[in-house]
Amino acid sequence: MLRLAVVVLIAFMTLPTVVVIAVSFNPTAILSFPPSGLSLRWYVNVVTYPQFQRAAWNSLLVTAGAVALAMPIGIAAALALARGRIRGREVWATLLLSPLVVPGVAAGLGFLILGAALGLLRSRSVLVAAHVALVLPFVVRSVWVSVRNLDPTLERAAASLGATPWRTFWRVTLPLLRPGLLAALLFAVIVSLNEFVVSLFISTRLTEILPVAMFSYVVNYTDPSIAALSTLFILGTFVIVWLADRFLDLGGVFLHHR
Amino acid sequence: MARVVVELAACRRDYGGVRAVAGLDLTVHEGELLSLLGPSGCGKTTTLNLIAGFVPPTSGRVLIDGLDVTGRPAHQRGLGVVFQSYALFPHLSVFENVAFGLRERRAPQGEIDRRVRAALALVRLDTRAEHRPAQLSGGMQQRVALARALVYAPRVLLLDEPLAALDKKLREEMRTELREIQRSVGITTIFVTHDQGEALGLSDRIAVMHAGRIEQLGTPREIYERPATRFVADFIGASTVLRGRAAGADRLALPGGGMLRIETGAAFQAGEEIELAIRPERIRLAAEAEENVVEGRITGVVYQGVQTEVTAEITGGQRLLVFVAEPAPVALVPGQALRLHLPADAFMRLHAAGPEAGR
Repeated sequence: MLRLAVVVLIAFMTLPTVVVIAVSFNPTAILSFPPSGLSLRWYVNVVTYPQFQRAAWNSLLVTAGAVALAMPIGIAAALALARGRIRGREVWATLLLSPLVVPGVAAGLGFLILGAALGLLRSRSVLVAAHVALVLPFVVRSVWVSVRNLDPTLERAAASLGATPWRTFWRVTLPLLRPGLLAALLFAVIVSLNEFVVSLFISTRLTEILPVAMFSYVVNYTDPSIAALSTLFILGTFVIVWLADRFLDLGGVFLHHR
Repeated sequence: MARVVVELAACRRDYGGVRAVAGLDLTVHEGELLSLLGPSGCGKTTTLNLIAGFVPPTSGRVLIDGLDVTGRPAHQRGLGVVFQSYALFPHLSVFENVAFGLRERRAPQGEIDRRVRAALALVRLDTRAEHRPAQLSGGMQQRVALARALVYAPRVLLLDEPLAALDKKLREEMRTELREIQRSVGITTIFVTHDQGEALGLSDRIAVMHAGRIEQLGTPREIYERPATRFVADFIGASTVLRGRAAGADRLALPGGGMLRIETGAAFQAGEEIELAIRPERIRLAAEAEENVVEGRITGVVYQGVQTEVTAEITGGQRLLVFVAEPAPVALVPGQALRLHLPADAFMRLHAAGPEAGR
């Protein structure tokens, strides 16, 4: 009985994904299920469609920029939260550790208004800024957990051996935080690549990232291209997580808990 | 007297409103091993942290080789520290752990190789250079920590309960080894411990600490045989306190009858209320002794193999702890009557607070 319940639950959870993957191989231009044959024409369409190419490039730039900014900020914030003597630590912790409680629509509107006021809406910079704000809680939380598990005596030991605080940070603190940093990096990349709602508000045709481009495409066309692109997306995310879990020591953050 | 290497002058340290170290004066001499001994919370680790530079004193000064280093952070003091938890860097090999201090000093690679090998040989771990700390036993990790702290020839070695995490047998082996290494290197060493056996066995001098102050400073023998205060007598070894009234410069009248001759080096005022401590191993079962004999009756026994710890109630109702070497000449059972000889020179005069506190 219990086993049946689990099977049903898993089927329910994976069915949409399975349907999308199946439809992506459909030879006809209709989003029908089950597919009537097997074809890669929509994959060809996806990779040769100029707007998708441009959006993929934008996604790459925005995610790279956002992650490059969010990592150092997040590391500093996590160290400050875990170690520093800060006034109102609870408030800072709540702000920095929980993903935005504001609905995406409201956040998007906020960035839109701010971006317009600053005249930045034509550039990717406002997207980068928004993504930094959105991924920061994930970065801070991952690093924070690692910092709390770090034995402060190790840093004292480094100091007693003659290392300046800066050298201690590079030779001891940072290497020991590696698992947390990698987890933070992965979270940041995945969250940023998949971000849609906020990005929709602040994208133009020239700056829009892949999820936004996919949405625009769905609004105008209903062929299986979008299923093909989704399949590539799912595959990409899965490969990243699998490789990370396989080759990097993440302490089982993603795939299995010990 | 040998030259002073470390000096604390009126050092005080508060945490929040709590005074961890209260106006401490201490000098440590070239090449000696000085123990800071006391129960947890007595301020011994804080004192070590003040010397290491991990925490600044609230007031007072820290001097090393006569130079005021109070304002200097730990990384500019050039001391060697061994921590209770070892604090080896888990992401570095044994070799790199030991080389850490030399790399920070920008030593050339050839010198690093040579000195790390020598330090590892000193602690008999030359074959483990490429291992990670986690692959070594606790005792080996402790020796790596020692090599890491000694490799750059620091002026002073600070040891924070370095043996506390080891099991009993290993602890005793490491104690001997530590002493041999310290002697052969000749390094001035400050050793923090709560274990009186460790302190007595290792130290040139011991500073017994209590409530942020030094209760007594002296050689292990002085501390054990002439404890200055009640606290020291209680904390180090076992002792019983006897009360009575002075009946002359060297006479103590026990309540309930009995007169004892006392040699403590100081004369009593006749009529004065006196408290004296006596070690249980100094008390003898009296066979032929004619003076300083008290009558008693056994109220409790704890058999320990090499000796039996006997509690006896003497005339007047006071209780004495007596260690009787086994095999005992009489049956040691509750109710058994005993004649106990208390040698005149076995008594220790105690003070409420330490007159020697400080230097």
